[in-house]
Amino acid sequence: MFDPTAVLNAVAAGVLLGGFYAAIALGIAIAFGMLDIPNLAHPAFVVVGAFATWVLNTAFGIDPVIAGIILTPLFFGLGIGLYRLYEACFERRGEAALQGLAFFFGILFITEVVLVLTAGADYRSVDAPYIGASLNIFGLLLPGRMLMACAVSLVMIFGLQYYLGHSFIGRAIQAVSQDRLALRLMGVSPVRIKALAFGIAIATASVAGSLLIIVEPVEPSIGRDFIGRAFAAVVLGGMGSFNGMLIASIFLGITESIVSDMWNPSWAPAIAFGVLLPTLALRGGGLLGRKL
Amino acid sequence: MVALLWAAGRLVTNEYVFFVGYAVLQYIVLATAWNILGGYTGYVNFGTAAFFAIGAYVSVAVNKLYHPPLPLLIVIGGTASALVGLAMGYLTLKLRGVFFSISTLALAIVAQAVITNWSFVGGSSGAYVIRPRFGPFGGSYIEYLCYTMLIMAAGAVVLARGIERSKTGYGLAAIRDDEGAAEAYGVPTLRLKLLATVLSGGLMGMAGAPLPFYVAYLDPPSAFNLSVAVNTIAMPLVGGTATWFGPVIGAVLLSTVQQAAMVTISSAVNLLIVGLVMVGFITLAPNGIVGLLRRRRAG
Repeated sequence: MFDPTAVLNAVAAGVLLGGFYAAIALGIAIAFGMLDIPNLAHPAFVVVGAFATWVLNTAFGIDPVIAGIILTPLFFGLGIGLYRLYEACFERRGEAALQGLAFFFGILFITEVVLVLTAGADYRSVDAPYIGASLNIFGLLLPGRMLMACAVSLVMIFGLQYYLGHSFIGRAIQAVSQDRLALRLMGVSPVRIKALAFGIAIATASVAGSLLIIVEPVEPSIGRDFIGRAFAAVVLGGMGSFNGMLIASIFLGITESIVSDMWNPSWAPAIAFGVLLPTLALRGGGLLGRKL
Repeated sequence: MVALLWAAGRLVTNEYVFFVGYAVLQYIVLATAWNILGGYTGYVNFGTAAFFAIGAYVSVAVNKLYHPPLPLLIVIGGTASALVGLAMGYLTLKLRGVFFSISTLALAIVAQAVITNWSFVGGSSGAYVIRPRFGPFGGSYIEYLCYTMLIMAAGAVVLARGIERSKTGYGLAAIRDDEGAAEAYGVPTLRLKLLATVLSGGLMGMAGAPLPFYVAYLDPPSAFNLSVAVNTIAMPLVGGTATWFGPVIGAVLLSTVQQAAMVTISSAVNLLIVGLVMVGFITLAPNGIVGLLRRRRAG
């Protein structure tokens, strides 16, 4: 009845899945966790990244991960433009809460519909040698696509964390999440720093998108499944903490993997909600990071 | 008035009028309900589809067991959604509004997972509901549904107008403008927010309860369609969120345009237009059409 290898396999698959979720949640950890910008459209940008990766992969045969990295400058520029618009329309007017949320919801919806109109509602997938391959370690079967996604995600998260901790702009970004006024007194424009940070947040979406299309076939509305997960990971992990977000993502991944294996895969999307609500109700500051 | 409507109904030979009328009136109820929480209180609900679909599916389930009259189904569906609103609100409304909004978005996904796994109401394959041919007062059943929705729309608007001009309404406005200050002045913020959530969610459930009879076949992807949530948010924002007639203007305008566009152009383009109009209004005219008209009158 109880099979330890099956449980171990489910846990290992969950860790890899969680590592991949963290790549999607990273952009929200920056935008929402550090900058207080509720970018609900982030998962939709991830799907745009996945489709752009698909185009580069099928047209030129570029490896999906490389394609995702090639696309980052484009997404960075898009992020800066979007933040400038958001800042001019909402933050400056001081109406960021209600209108800003609805704004990002609208952007999410528009992005989805434009993708349906341009690329069609079909599922797309990419080709790479590690997709379909798998690694067998002492009876643990680890699929190559999940290993790749998790590894790239971890490199991206730790790389970005190092950059934020060790460069001038990185430290300014951390400062803007803590005290805007103090930053302004130092002679740094919070708006410019926030624009850069938001650009970085959106740039992570193109890499996360390339990982998404490696992990599973992608269609335009698939991003919705990740909104709850990504925000749950950021809130549970603690606002502004990358490590907390990573731990929370892996926790979500393991729980989902076990529920899917032992019970029914259709319940998996509900788990993020089951994690998010108690976290909010108990009003904790999450695992690590600043208070809500 | 009632007799006049009834007589007018006898003259209409084309059922299509009632189909369109129902859709427009349903959105008046949804937009007004959303605005009680979103416009008056400043808490954005993305889970309209969840409250709406819970009303619809509770109605499917109860109808399968007892076949009660439609008004009773509406009351039951509304109560179910109101209770979900109460539970959600109690868990998340103590925090900043952003967290409530994200929770409502997640609620829609969970509710869809629950309904998809609930085989009694058809699960993922959907539920068929037999629509009676005639309503209880003569005329077709669609005509009956349309008038029922008309009464609900009128009720919702009267309720919203009543709230707007009451002490409760001023309390909600105080929460929207500065929650901390409202709390400090002794406004019972949590109780008022819960009241607004329950009323708003309940009305959405009531609007959803007759849906199974209107569509005759209901499956989770259509009941939880994101376009319901987008439309419901777009309508008050386009019309103007500060007053009771803003959502009504937005609902009538957007839903009639969509009904017309549905016949002429594809439904994806149709949705794109709603999205663009919504974002356009939020960025350029944050007070909606009502705000534009007022500014013009002020000179």
